[in-house]
Amino acid sequence: MTEEETVEETEDLIQEYSGPTSYGVPVTESHGQTVLHLMPHELLETVTLLKEEGFCMAIDVTAVDYLTHPGRKDLPDCIKPERFEVVISLINHSQGTRIRLRVQAGTDDPTVPSLFDLFPGTEAMEREVWDLFGVKFDGHPDHSRILLPDSWEGHPLRKDHDVGQIPVQFSSEVGRL
Amino acid sequence: MARIPLLGDTSHIAAEGLEGLEHNFVTARIEDLVKWSRARSCWPATFGLACCAIEMMATGAAHYDLARYGMEVFRASPRQADLMIVAGRVSQKMAPILRQIYDQMMEPKWVISMGVCASSGGMFNNYAIVQGVDQIVPVDVYAPGCPPGPETLMHAILTLHDNIQSGELTRRREINQGGAAIDLDPPQVINEAPVEIVEKSTS
Amino acid sequence: MTDSKELLLGEPERVFRRDESPVLRLNEEEANALVGDPEAFDDDHRMILNMGPSHPSTHGVLRLMLEMEGETILRSKPVIGYLHTGMEKTAEGLSYLQGATNVTRMDYAAPLFSELAFSLATEKLLGLEIPPRATWIRMLMCELNRVSSHLLFQATNGMDLGAVSMMIYGWREREEVLRFFEKVTGLRMNHNYIRPGGVAADLPEGWEEDVKNLLEIIPPRLEEYDVLQTGQPIFRERLQGVGVLNPAEALALSATGPILRSTGYAWDLRRHAPYLAYDQVDFDVVVGTYGDCFDRFAIRLNEIRESLKIIEQILDRMPDGDYRIQNKKVTPPPRARIDESMEALIHHFKIFTEGFHVPEGEAYVAVESPRGELGCYIVSDGGPNPYRMHIRGPSFVNLQTLPHLMEGGLIADGVAVISSVDPIMGEVDR
Repeated sequence: MTEEETVEETEDLIQEYSGPTSYGVPVTESHGQTVLHLMPHELLETVTLLKEEGFCMAIDVTAVDYLTHPGRKDLPDCIKPERFEVVISLINHSQGTRIRLRVQAGTDDPTVPSLFDLFPGTEAMEREVWDLFGVKFDGHPDHSRILLPDSWEGHPLRKDHDVGQIPVQFSSEVGRL
Repeated sequence: MARIPLLGDTSHIAAEGLEGLEHNFVTARIEDLVKWSRARSCWPATFGLACCAIEMMATGAAHYDLARYGMEVFRASPRQADLMIVAGRVSQKMAPILRQIYDQMMEPKWVISMGVCASSGGMFNNYAIVQGVDQIVPVDVYAPGCPPGPETLMHAILTLHDNIQSGELTRRREINQGGAAIDLDPPQVINEAPVEIVEKSTS
Repeated sequence: MTDSKELLLGEPERVFRRDESPVLRLNEEEANALVGDPEAFDDDHRMILNMGPSHPSTHGVLRLMLEMEGETILRSKPVIGYLHTGMEKTAEGLSYLQGATNVTRMDYAAPLFSELAFSLATEKLLGLEIPPRATWIRMLMCELNRVSSHLLFQATNGMDLGAVSMMIYGWREREEVLRFFEKVTGLRMNHNYIRPGGVAADLPEGWEEDVKNLLEIIPPRLEEYDVLQTGQPIFRERLQGVGVLNPAEALALSATGPILRSTGYAWDLRRHAPYLAYDQVDFDVVVGTYGDCFDRFAIRLNEIRESLKIIEQILDRMPDGDYRIQNKKVTPPPRARIDESMEALIHHFKIFTEGFHVPEGEAYVAVESPRGELGCYIVSDGGPNPYRMHIRGPSFVNLQTLPHLMEGGLIADGVAVISSVDPIMGEVDR
């Protein structure tokens, strides 16, 4: 399915969605906090709206790999769950409220627009997500690894990447693992 | 505990007091003096990486004083340091730098691996941490703890001093061919043509 | 109304720039090419210099790529990752009870805050309510940890500026606080004391006298530091006007903690989004004026005094009761009961081998650590281990302000700036 078809299908689903929406996107509540559920093409628009509303700081940009998760039960029906989710936290200082945005980034080639032009503080956080998960950020000024050496291959925090545990070799049992 | 090496025969001083001191000099072997001074003035290079670095700084501070062992001077330049205390977890990105700093130190040099992360990878047995700094540099003393308190670090340092002073370390390195493995054989001559010596005319 | 607010906050344009920005966005090959090429720069005095990662003044393994003109820093790039430990991946293999041992080693100068954020996030997912005594014990230990972390800052800040005796003085008070920690938690650092459900053990007998002793000896020594540093002309010359940031820039860069407060913007999670029992104690939020290094130094010094105020109130008002919630599924039973009750033995076994199961969901909790907003985001899949645990390290985000603070200053100012940002590389790299 091409990108435009995905966008159209998503918009149709959202039109038909009967649950609560906020800022044009479905909203749920998780342990006392508001969570907005987005597709990548809606991200910049929604964050611009939120910034005008008073959400002055981007607290955190991180990602979750749902490959081995039994099944997310807290997503609204109209959102198609993808393997990678980018989670963005914003804070509103004048009202003291927080909001969380969960963006379904994609499964094979996860890509999400970069928030650098709205919040330059997301530069390092988005680099970390690229480094550890492999989620691309369109429009990021410096798309490179930040925590791992530049020559590293793979994205360690993905669920199909091994922890890399070396079994301890006890000296009395040389050769036996 | 550390022992003061016997500098000559002083039994007559003990018996007769200073009047028994007929000669105004003491004798000792150069080797003993060299080992004594190496142990007593062993300057560490700053290689504090993580939590253990905080405890290393605490050991150097006023309460647990490292200055009484001659070691409060943490040299920033590895060329001026004798001892590298690897304090903290060594990540894959940091490993080449650790080796580079070790190579820049002058012989004789010693390494204390401080903390469990430096000794064996500690609680982090994963893709990012080198499982034991002895995979990169030869270690002389391991100090366990997470982090080792200042008393443990001082015990490690005093053990190292004992080993330096008794010559144990240099003897072991000769046997194991350890250390920096500096080759002291004369260089091979490649060009066989003799060098012409031009005589200066003094006329 | 909006205009005056924007006027107060200042102009953040500098941080939004992609070209002509104080941030040097070069990778290794490009930087190496420039270093070796004599034609690279028009100016004879311009060069790219590498500072760190093994450097006495970079506060751990921070590496800086500096583009300099003579001794002035034009652009810079902090290169991190030399302490990357894969703690977030490790956390997926540890149970929630073991999780505190993992997160505590991130910010190793203020470990109790990381444990607190993790425990609060777990308790939010579990839907637990913690007994009041546990809450107040947590508050006491966290405020003492704030004192010891800011004393560490005073010591390293002094040493980086050349006041080497300040290093010795700072550690002197810190030893007193660490001695109390050892008495309560068993360890001087990386305590693993604040766990989901409460704290690991009750405060020992005689803790009131120990805390009173701390409250007596620390304030006069803070006066000593004032005499040694605050009024001293050389110290002021080196810190005032160095590394200036305005509030809008700090907000855009997501800086929190003393950096944000030094610009004049009063935002402290303990006051504006209270957790634990901070809404029941009386303290001031210390705010700076100019956003320079001197303000950050003074804020941290005064935050020690505010923390001591809070500790005094906790001393008077500590409630009695349980130090951890009496929920058999979450907190292990006391060791003595294991001999008597079979049920207690089974619960102990289950909690320590498999771990307690946390209902499915996700939660984010933030606390105010000495460096800024420390948040913990946990996603649970209903199992005994977190499915995803992410710690929002304040130093990681605050490091983005470094190029903007160092722009146009000398290298010596750069050292003062790094020290005033007070990064702890353990939580930067995780």
